[in-house]
Amino acid sequence: MTVIMEWIAKLSDEIFFNLIREDRYLYFVKGLGISLQLTFYAALIGGCIGLMLALARLTNNRLLNFIATKYIDIIRGTPVVVQLLIIYFAIFATTSLPKVTVASIAFGINSGAYVAELIRAGIQAVDKGQMEAARSLGLSYAQAMFYIVIPQAIKNILPGMGNEVISLWKETAIAGFIGLEDLMRGADIVRARTFSNYTPYLVIALIYYYITISMTALLGKLERRMRKSD
Amino acid sequence: MIKVVDLYKSFGSLEVLRGINNEIHKGEVVCIIGPSGSGKSTFLRCLNLLEEPTRGEVFIDGVSLTEHRDNINKLRQKTGMVFQQFNLFPHMTVMENITLAPIKLKGMKKEEAREKAVSLLRKVGLYDKDNEYPNKLSGGQKQRVAIARALAMDPEIMLFDEPTSALDPEMVGEVLSAMKQLALEGITMVVVTHEMGFAREVGDRILFMDEGMIVEENTPEELFGNPKNERTQSFLSKVL
Repeated sequence: MTVIMEWIAKLSDEIFFNLIREDRYLYFVKGLGISLQLTFYAALIGGCIGLMLALARLTNNRLLNFIATKYIDIIRGTPVVVQLLIIYFAIFATTSLPKVTVASIAFGINSGAYVAELIRAGIQAVDKGQMEAARSLGLSYAQAMFYIVIPQAIKNILPGMGNEVISLWKETAIAGFIGLEDLMRGADIVRARTFSNYTPYLVIALIYYYITISMTALLGKLERRMRKSD
Repeated sequence: MIKVVDLYKSFGSLEVLRGINNEIHKGEVVCIIGPSGSGKSTFLRCLNLLEEPTRGEVFIDGVSLTEHRDNINKLRQKTGMVFQQFNLFPHMTVMENITLAPIKLKGMKKEEAREKAVSLLRKVGLYDKDNEYPNKLSGGQKQRVAIARALAMDPEIMLFDEPTSALDPEMVGEVLSAMKQLALEGITMVVVTHEMGFAREVGDRILFMDEGMIVEENTPEELFGNPKNERTQSFLSKVL
């Protein structure tokens, strides 16, 4: 009995010190906001870059093809932390852009390489006859892509894209490297104040986890809706 | 209307077309027959530049396709194509399949395009299928929608690439009779087909192709009744 009482007392202490005292929960709330923002903008930027790279890889233009292939090689061949630091300290060193923007760009550039391969594979999986039928009607390559091929490719791409956003969400935990107070950094700050070894991390682990499963559920819903038109 | 001059096409080291010359006149129904791999489909696909000729020229109404590549989208509107595998757009309804090109390319009003689509669907014998998705249709219905889709652009020439080869036997008839209807209306048609009965009945002229060349051409009566070339004779003896 006393063991349980002690345990409850300890737990409430932990919660009090790590979340309530000095409004420390705000570190988590604000951190969550930053992390979500990063994920959202990075996914958007990554999606645009990915689409352009995928189209570049699908054309017969050798130069575009080469550039896209090299981009993808380099980004996939180096750690994202290193990319983030290079982009922040080297490329954007002299600008006064907010850190969130720079980090979004960095994560977007990284994600774009992975998205490009997803989109390329998704487009290539659409039957060649679709493009031919569209072109035979007189549609231009761009029109055929836009009206016929890409809408069908989306169904192929969507599951992979969801996974990409989910890993992006977790990858943003390194944003603290450039001093952004994201969820992860929030936990660090709280731990530095309270000296609790694990409570802040448990809190953010729970947050990361629940956001991830919400995204998964949302994605599942979206996929089911898309499948309806099959 | 279509003039083909000295057409060659190779895929790598494989020579598929080896010097084709022909002229197709307005209102004519030309059927192309021949063994598999003889280059029939490739020839047909060169007529709207879905396949890029290695050498030679294709003229439509006196305009060379290969010399006007930059204008190919406009030139392709003159030819409608029907494919063996239908190639309907699966993410669009029958109606959207048919009205997409007229709306986007001819600037037709949506209502106008829909009315036209309905009358084209009637013409190929389809009723109440406007809002179905292609996967709800049988093969024969799909192919008839594909014909209506091609017709919606008011092409001067219809190209058919083995339009009944992917169909179950009981559906061949409905597609052929839709095509027969078009032929009666005087639309210029080039049909690659294995349906000898159709070729004989509807064709004004038959081209027999083998090994990338037109080996023999004649009226259906002559070509089927009295083939002159040895290869034509041997092919016909196998298929008839």
